[in-house]
Amino acid sequence: MFVCGESQDVPALIFRGNYMKENSILEMRGISRSFLSVKALQNVDFTLCRGEIMALMGENGAGKSTLIKILTGVYTKDSGEIYLKGHSGPVEISSPQQAQELGISTVYQEIPLCPNLSVAENIYAGRHKKRLISWRKLNEKAEKLLSSLGIPASPVQPLGSCSVAVQQMIAIARAVDMECSILVLDEPTSSLDEQETERLFELMRQLRSKGAGIIFVTHFLDQVYDICDRVTVLRDGRLTGVYNVSDISRVQLVAEMLGRELDDSPVAAEAEDKSVGEVLYHGRNIHSSENIAPFELTVRKGEISGFAGLLGSGRSECVRAVFGADKGTDGNVVMNGKTVSIRKPSDAIKNGIAYLSEDRKAEGIIGELSVRENIILALQVKKGFFRPFSKSEAEGFADEYIRAPGIKTASADTPVKELSGGNQQKVILARWLLTHPEYLILDEPTRGIDIGAKADIQRLVKKLADDGMSVTFISSELGEMLGICSRLFVMRDRKMVGQLSGRQLSEDNIMKTIAGGEHDGAGPQ
Amino acid sequence: MMAQDRSKRNFLRFFSGKQFLIPLAALLALVIFNLIADPEFFRVTLGRNSAGDPVLAGNLISILDNGSELAILAIGMTLVTAASGGQDISAGAVIAICGSALLRVLCGSDLTSGQIQSPIIVAFLVCCLAGMLCGAFNGALVAFFRIQPMVATLILFTAGRSIAAWINNNELPMVADSTFASFGGYIKGVPMPTPFFIALICFAAVWALLRFTSLGLYVQSVGISEKTSRLNGLDPRIVKVGVFVIMGLCCAVAALIKVSRLKTINYSIIAKDIEMDAILAVALGGNPLSGGKFRMSSSILGAYVIQFLTTTLYKFDVQSDALSAYKAAAVIILVVLSSPVVREKLMKLLRSFSEPETAGKQV
Repeated sequence: MFVCGESQDVPALIFRGNYMKENSILEMRGISRSFLSVKALQNVDFTLCRGEIMALMGENGAGKSTLIKILTGVYTKDSGEIYLKGHSGPVEISSPQQAQELGISTVYQEIPLCPNLSVAENIYAGRHKKRLISWRKLNEKAEKLLSSLGIPASPVQPLGSCSVAVQQMIAIARAVDMECSILVLDEPTSSLDEQETERLFELMRQLRSKGAGIIFVTHFLDQVYDICDRVTVLRDGRLTGVYNVSDISRVQLVAEMLGRELDDSPVAAEAEDKSVGEVLYHGRNIHSSENIAPFELTVRKGEISGFAGLLGSGRSECVRAVFGADKGTDGNVVMNGKTVSIRKPSDAIKNGIAYLSEDRKAEGIIGELSVRENIILALQVKKGFFRPFSKSEAEGFADEYIRAPGIKTASADTPVKELSGGNQQKVILARWLLTHPEYLILDEPTRGIDIGAKADIQRLVKKLADDGMSVTFISSELGEMLGICSRLFVMRDRKMVGQLSGRQLSEDNIMKTIAGGEHDGAGPQ
Repeated sequence: MMAQDRSKRNFLRFFSGKQFLIPLAALLALVIFNLIADPEFFRVTLGRNSAGDPVLAGNLISILDNGSELAILAIGMTLVTAASGGQDISAGAVIAICGSALLRVLCGSDLTSGQIQSPIIVAFLVCCLAGMLCGAFNGALVAFFRIQPMVATLILFTAGRSIAAWINNNELPMVADSTFASFGGYIKGVPMPTPFFIALICFAAVWALLRFTSLGLYVQSVGISEKTSRLNGLDPRIVKVGVFVIMGLCCAVAALIKVSRLKTINYSIIAKDIEMDAILAVALGGNPLSGGKFRMSSSILGAYVIQFLTTTLYKFDVQSDALSAYKAAAVIILVVLSSPVVREKLMKLLRSFSEPETAGKQV
C-alpha cells in the first residue's frame, strides 16, 4: 500500500500524477460557503490521503471550522463537490448522522459524551439496533477495544472519573469502533498537558498506521512538526497552500498563516526613545488556571507594549492573568514600587489597571443598559455601593466621555446594544478612561469594527501613552501592532518566548520569534 | 410644526417604551369593566369596625389593604428576578417560617394565654433575622453553587412549612394583644388599615435604596451580563445573595402583617401560593422574567392590579375554588397582550395610523 506523506522516499510523487487520486480517501473541490454577506469559504480544495495526519491551520476567520462543519454535515455548502473513496460520484453530506454513516467521525474540543455513564456505554451509546443489550458482552467488547488502542480506562468506570485526555481518547475509540476512515480532531490538545498530549499522539500514530486519515486542527506549531505529515493552510476563507511538513520551515508556515512576506520591513520609528519611562508594573511568576506558562512582565510608564503570537498562543490569557480576570490568578506583582496582590478584577481596578476584553458582546457591554450607565459602571463600582453618582454627575460624565472619543449615539439614554460595534467599543474605552487608570490593557480593541472607529481608537491610544499612561495593545494584525507598539512580548504555544523592542521590531523578527525552533537569536528564549 | 412632530414621537415612545403602561392598561380595563358592571364597586363608606372606631370601608380600601403583602413581596421578587434571572418560589413557606418565629418569641413558653411575653420589636427583629437567613440560604445556593433559582428555592418551598411548624412544636400560639393586632388591622383613630401604611413604608425604603445606593445599577448589570460585571470589579455572587436577603426581609414584613391579621398561624395555609402572585406581579409589570432590566414601580402596580382582579372576582361571587381558573384566564389575556410580539404588532398598527399624517405635514 502506498502511504502518502509518511513515506520520506516519494514526496515528489504526492503532488503529481495519479498517485494522489489513488491514495486519497477524501477530496473536497471548490468548496464555497457564505453567511449573509460574509464569504467564509471561497473555492477551497482539500485532500486527505490514506494513513496520513493532515494539519489544518489558520488564524481567526480563516475558515477552518466552516470547512470542518461542511465535511461533518453541520453546515451545507453553497457550491463545490466532495468525493469519498468507495463512492463513484460526489457525495452530499447533509447531516452529522450521515457523515458518520459515511465513515467520517469528529472529536470536538468539548467532548459531547455523557460523563455519568460508563466508558463502555459511552462508546456504544446510540449505536444499538437490537433492543436487548448484553452488558457482559458489551463490556468485553469495550475492554478489547480499549486495550487494543492502549487506553488506560476500565469499561465499567464512569466516564467523568477519567482525565480529560482519556476522555478524548475514548471519544476517539468510539470513532474508531465505528470503523471510520476519516477522523476529524478539532483542537483536542488545547486543554491537555504535555504527557497527556503525548499519549494522544501515540494513539493517533496507531490509527495512522492502520490506514485512517486524520484531520488535525491545532494552533500549536510544535505539534504540527511532531506528528503531522502535511499541512493545509487557510487564510480569510481561501486556500493558501498545502505543504509537506518536512518541506516547510516554521517561519514560512507562520508567514503563510499571517499572510505576510518574509523580508525586513522598516523598524518602527522613535521606538527606542519611548522605552525610557520608569517601571510602573513588574510582575513575576504570573499564572492563572488557563494553562499558560508562568511569565514575567515589566511595563513602563508611557509605553505601548503588545503581545504578539498566533491565535491560541496565550496572548489573551496572559493579559487576563495580569488583570485577574480568570480563576486561579496569582503572581508577585510590584506596582509603583509597592507589592500588591492581584487575584481578581476588583484588585486590579483598585490598583489602576483597566482591561478591555476581546469579547465585546459577552464581556464588554451590558447590552440593555444605557450608554450612560455603561460608561459610569466601572467608576461607580470603584467608588462604592453607598456612594452612587447623582443623576447630574452621571450625565456630566456621560456627556464628556461621549464627546471626547466621538461616540455616535442618539442620546446617553440609548441602550448600548443599539450602537454600532465601533461605538460600543468606544463606550467601553470611555468606561475605563473614566476610572483614570495608570495601566490600560486593550485586547483586540479594533477587531470587527469599521475603519473610522479603528483609526479613532488607535489615535486615542497613542495620545494616552503620550500623556503618560501605560498601554498594552493586542491585535491579530501584525501591521497594526508594529504601527502602535514600541515593545512586543512574543508568545508561542502558551509560553512567552521573547521580547522585542526598538530596532528588533520587524515583521520578519516577530515571525521568526513566533516560529522558534530552528531559528535562534530572534529573541531570548 | 416641529414641536408637534416631537410631541407625537414622544407620545409613541411613551406607548412603546414605558413598561408602566402594561399594568396601567390592565388596571384601566378592570376599572372600566367594574364601572359598567356595577359602579357600586367603587363606593367608599365611613363605617365602624368591631372596636367601634370610625374606619373607611369598601372594595377599593380592601384592595389597598389586602394587596399590601403581595406588593411588598413584589419588591423582593423584582430584585431577585432581575439579578438572578430566576424566581423565588419559597416566599410563602418563608413567610410561614418568619411568622412562626415571630409568634415563638412573642408568646415564649406560654402559648395559650394570649399575653405577649416579649416586646413586639424584639419579636419582629427575630422574624426579620429568620427571613434574612432563609434568603441567604437561597442566595448562597444560587450564587455559590450555581443552582437554578427555582430549583434552589424549591428546597425551602418544600421544607419551609414543616420547619415553621417545628419552631412552635406544631402548636398554634394565640396572641390577643391589641397593639400587635393593629399591624394587620387599624391603629386607633386612623381610618385606613395599617398594612397599607406598612406597604408605603416599604415602598419608601426601596425607593431610598435605589436612589441612595447603586443597587439598581449593580442588580441590572449582574442580571444582564455576569461576566462583564465581574470584569468591572463587581462580585456577582454577593449581589445575588444580597437580593435574596432583601427578598427574605420582604417575607418577614409580610409575615408580620399576615400573623397580625390572623392573631395566630396556620402553617399549611398561611400565605399559600402568594409567590405565584408575586411572580405574576413582576411579569405583569413588564419586567423580563429572564432577568436584567427592571422597573420597581411597575411591579408594585402589577401587584395591586392582581389584587384588584381577585377582589373583582370575589365581588361577582365566583366560588373560591373556581377563582384560580378565572384568574388564570384574565392573566393569559394580560400577559399575551403585553408580550413583545403583540406589542410590536400594536406599535406598527399605531404607527401606520399616525405616520401618514406627519409625512403629509412635512411635505
